[in-house]
Amino acid sequence: MVLLGTPNAESSRLYAMTVTEGDPSWAGALAGVALGLPVYHVMEEAVKTQVAPEVYEEHVALMEMVLEAGDIAQAVQEVRAHTGQGD
Amino acid sequence: MKLQGKKVIALGERDGVQGSAIAACAQSAGADVVLETTYCFV
Amino acid sequence: MTQTLEQPVIRGVRFFLAHTPGLVRYGSKPSRDIARDATIADAIAAHLRGYEAAVSYPPNRAFLGHIHPDTLAAMPQPWFTSVAPGTRWGGHGEIMPEEEFYGVLKICDAFDLVHLEAGFVEEARAALSTHPLLTTADLERLGTGFPEADIVRSCGGSTPALPLYLRNGRLIGCMQAAHEEDTSLAADVLLENLTCKASAVMAMRTLLAQEQLDPLALPYVLNSGEEAVGDRYQRGGGNLAKAVAEMCGCQAATGVDIKGFCCGPVHALTMAGSLVSSRVFSQVAVVGGCALAKLGMKYRGHLQHNQPILEDVLAAVAIVVSADDGVSPRLRLDALGRHTVAAGASQKAIFEHLVSQPLERLGLHFTDVDKYATELHNPEVTEPAGSGNVPQLNYRVIAGLAAMRKEITPAQVPAFVATHGMPGFAPTQGHIASAVPFLGHAVDGLRDGSMQRVMLLAKGSLFLGRMTQMADGMSLLLERNAAGSSEERKQ
Repeated sequence: MVLLGTPNAESSRLYAMTVTEGDPSWAGALAGVALGLPVYHVMEEAVKTQVAPEVYEEHVALMEMVLEAGDIAQAVQEVRAHTGQGD
Repeated sequence: MKLQGKKVIALGERDGVQGSAIAACAQSAGADVVLETTYCFV
Repeated sequence: MTQTLEQPVIRGVRFFLAHTPGLVRYGSKPSRDIARDATIADAIAAHLRGYEAAVSYPPNRAFLGHIHPDTLAAMPQPWFTSVAPGTRWGGHGEIMPEEEFYGVLKICDAFDLVHLEAGFVEEARAALSTHPLLTTADLERLGTGFPEADIVRSCGGSTPALPLYLRNGRLIGCMQAAHEEDTSLAADVLLENLTCKASAVMAMRTLLAQEQLDPLALPYVLNSGEEAVGDRYQRGGGNLAKAVAEMCGCQAATGVDIKGFCCGPVHALTMAGSLVSSRVFSQVAVVGGCALAKLGMKYRGHLQHNQPILEDVLAAVAIVVSADDGVSPRLRLDALGRHTVAAGASQKAIFEHLVSQPLERLGLHFTDVDKYATELHNPEVTEPAGSGNVPQLNYRVIAGLAAMRKEITPAQVPAFVATHGMPGFAPTQGHIASAVPFLGHAVDGLRDGSMQRVMLLAKGSLFLGRMTQMADGMSLLLERNAAGSSEERKQ
C-alpha cells in the first residue's frame, strides 16, 4: 500500500489518483497506468491509530496542526471510495 | 485496514511529511517499508 | 596577533533581476516539454509578459526594495493584475530587460561562446552605454557580432548552438557548446552557468558601487549557487566566485564556491562571518547567481489558469560581511541553528534545530524575533501549480512549534504568522529564494531601529542529488547593532 505525506488536499488527491487509477494529469510515466494500490495519508485516523503515539508525536503531530488535515483526509477517502477500495 | 505485516511505499513531500517520517510511522505499526521517497517542488 | 574575536556585520546587500522571457523556453521543465511537443513553445510564447509588466509586478518590487513585503498582504490578488507603474531601480537593485541582459552575457563571456547578431549588438551597445555600472572596456567586449546567416548556420550545425531569442521570437544570437562530446560543456549547461555568472556580477557591481566599497579591498568571495561549473573530468569543479570577482574589479581577491542546495547562501554567510570574526579577512563577499533551470518551472499551472508565466526573471544576490562598524546588523555566530545528521527528518526536528535551539541558547522566546526570513517563494507562482504556499507553511510550522512549547496559544498562531512572517515574494530561483530575499529589508529595518532581530532560515533538499535521503538546514540570527543605540542588548 501507499502512504502519502502530501501537504494539501489537491496534491493528496493527485497522488492518490496516480497510484490507483493512473496519473490524472496525464503527464508522467503513470499516465493511463492503473496500479490499483491501496492508498492512505499518514495523517488519516485509520493510520494514526496504528502508529506508536511517541513516533507520531515526533514525526507528524506538528504538521497535523499546521496543515488542513481534515481536507487532506477527505480528499484521499474520496479517491478510495471512487476507486472502490472502501475504507 | 491493518498496517501490520503490509509492504508500504512511503511517498513523502518536503513541505508535508517527509518520506523517512512516514517510514518511521509505518514501521512502528509493524509494516515493512519497501520504498521511501521525498519530493521537493521548489 | 590579538586574541579577541571580531564582531561580523552585514555591511550591505543588493539584488539583481533580469527579465528574460525569451529564455523561459530553456528552463528545465519547458525545454523537456517542448522537446516532446513543439506546440508547447507557442503556448508558452502566448503567456509571456512584457518588461513593463515585470517591472510593475508587486513581488518583484518587494524583491528590489521598492515596497516592504508586508504591504503585499493588503494588495488585491492576483498581484499580476496590478497596474500601478514601477521603476527600473529600487533601493536594493534593478530589473534589467532581456535586450540588455544578453549584452551583459556577452560581456561576461571569456571564451567567445556567445555569438550575437550584428544589428542586435549595436542596439545592446546603445542601451548599455548609459548603464551606471558598465564601463567602456565592458562595451568593447560586445564586439561587432555576426551576420544572421552565421547564427542560423551555427544553430543547425553538427554540434548545434542554442538559438537565443527575445520574447517576440526574434533570433538575436546563439550560445555555442564548448566541446562536441563533453556534456558538461554543452550549450545549455554553459548558458546556465554564464547567466549565473552575469547575474551575480551585476548584483556584486551594484553592491560595490552603491555602498561605496572598494573592490580592491575585498580579499575573498564566496559563491553560493546551485550551478555546476566544470568539464567531464570535474563536473562540479566550481569557483565561479573567482570569475565573478574578476569581472567586478576585485583584483586582490580569490574565492570559492559553497555548495548546499538552497541552503548554500546561509552556509556561506556563516563562513563569511567566521572568517571576519577570526580576523582572517577584513571583509568577505557572498554572491549567488541565478537559476536558469528554474525558469518556467510551474508554467503548466500558469497556462491552466490562463495567467501570465511568472517565472520569467533571473535573480541574483550579493552581500558583504565586514568587521563591526557600529551601525550595521550583527551576525550572532553564537546562535547558529544547524540541522545535524542525527536530527531526523521530521519538520519538528528540523525547526527545533533551526529555531528552538538557537533561541534557547540566547534565552529568547519565539516572539523576540521580529521577522523570520524563511523560504520566500512567491505563492502566485506555486499555488496554481499545486505546490502550495511555501512561506506560509514555514511560518505556520514555526508558530505551531511556538504553540507546542506553550510560548503562544493555538489561537495566536495566525497573528504570529502575520506579525513574524511575511507573504512570499521571491522568484522561485532556488537558493536565491531561501531567506536572503528579505536581507535588504532586514538590514534597513535593523539599521533604522524598526526591528531588533531577524532570523534567516534556509533548508536544502540534499536528497535530490541521490547521495543521501537527508535534507539540510541552517539558521542565522541578525540583530540591531547596539553600539549606535542606547538600548541594552538582551543576553
